[in-house]
Amino acid sequence: MKYTEDHEWLRAEGDIVTVGITAHASEQLGDVVFVELPEAGTTVSKDDEICVIESVKAASDIRAPLDGEIVEVNDELADNPGMVNEDPTGKAWFFKMKLADKSALDGLMDEAAYNALIG
Amino acid sequence: MADLKRTVLYDLHIELGGKMVPFAGYEMPVQYPMGVMKEHLHTRAAAGLFDVSHMGQILMSAKSGAVEDAALALEKLVPVDILGLKEGRQRYALFTNDEGGILDDLMVANRGDHLFLVVNAACKDQDFAHLKAHLGDTCDLGMVTDRALLALQGPAAEAALARLVPDAVDLKFMDVAIRQWDTAELWISRSGYTGEDGFEISVPEKFAVSFARALLAMEEVAPIGLGARDSLRLEAGMCLYGHDIDTTTSPVEGNVTWAIQKARRAGGAREGGFPGAARILKELAEGPARRRVGLRPEGRAPMREGTEVFASAEGGAAIGAITSGGFGPSIEAPMAMACLPADLSEGTVVYGEVRGKRLPAVISPMPFQPNQYKR
Repeated sequence: MKYTEDHEWLRAEGDIVTVGITAHASEQLGDVVFVELPEAGTTVSKDDEICVIESVKAASDIRAPLDGEIVEVNDELADNPGMVNEDPTGKAWFFKMKLADKSALDGLMDEAAYNALIG
Repeated sequence: MADLKRTVLYDLHIELGGKMVPFAGYEMPVQYPMGVMKEHLHTRAAAGLFDVSHMGQILMSAKSGAVEDAALALEKLVPVDILGLKEGRQRYALFTNDEGGILDDLMVANRGDHLFLVVNAACKDQDFAHLKAHLGDTCDLGMVTDRALLALQGPAAEAALARLVPDAVDLKFMDVAIRQWDTAELWISRSGYTGEDGFEISVPEKFAVSFARALLAMEEVAPIGLGARDSLRLEAGMCLYGHDIDTTTSPVEGNVTWAIQKARRAGGAREGGFPGAARILKELAEGPARRRVGLRPEGRAPMREGTEVFASAEGGAAIGAITSGGFGPSIEAPMAMACLPADLSEGTVVYGEVRGKRLPAVISPMPFQPNQYKR
């Protein structure tokens, strides 16, 4: 798995990556009550704000981790946003994207670097 | 958080894993490890214990010694019938300013020979100064500084408190009484800020931690932070001072006219005679231009405080704004209060602008969650 400074995780299979938020991020957010996802087929650039997460406390954005195209979103999250707290790195993935440049993954953190970031 | 005050329960909050945040000049727990959502639901299902020691507790007695004189004096500052408040009873009140805005909201209890006031933490110093300046020549006023204030709320609150204070359960909603626990004198009212049955308990500081621990040792009682306190009161349709009502909103605009009894209205025994009476009585007669209403956003996206509200899905200027908003764990839906033109009736669809999109919301009756008072 790879990680961003915005507390997203990325799991790559071929040129498709699955993206979600880390357990650390879901704990910080508190109970998630609403998730807004992008539409499949959307072309995104790194750092575009593409998802919204609302917890009982506040709203936050998820930004595109890299350039690419959204190929699938996890519609289950809309009906059951609490999954983000229950299983952030499993069932509660947010979207899958096809990367414009697969090698861009190499610029992201690995698990050890992410764990060092969150201390 | 060096210049923040702490309540006597601070160390207990830390021990319980409370996440401390600055609130009204105090370090207070916003949540415990259970989390806001579960704390909220626990309070509605069993019992929640809240530390509200940051709030102001004020004793007020007339120099004449007659509680009626204290009541009449306080009526000069609130549009509320205090003289008609019977011994052992409590009622909601508002300090108004000369423009008819609200300086603070508070609870007033008649304790036989004096009045007991509970005011908001952020306003307590200014409230006390306000009372002193206007009533100091006829009344003795004292800020209570050696007592904690706890709220025990929820359907199991009665059974829990009865184990420690068996005679507390004699109280009905909005009754107040003094009861003993060990050698501690408790000032108890059957009231709260959640819409549930429950009690607010003023306890001497030196007993506060042991009293809180005795309650928390019971299976049905969990500690509850400010996060759930806010979602509980919002579901119950209750105002949060400084958000839903403030110095710019009158009690009529704030939709708390139920707090203004007949005696203080036009034609009443003691009509007017409070700050801002001209505006407030006029608005009572003619209706206000805008009013606090409940909103139920369609869909799941919460509309938070400050969200602009529009009459239509496109075009036009904002007609008002959300004053409080969030997600209601018990109603499993978003909910909000907004200050909107008073001619909009319940059932009207308006649009809150969230992240650049106008989302529909229906003007709805409050409370959003039915209250459970033991009258």
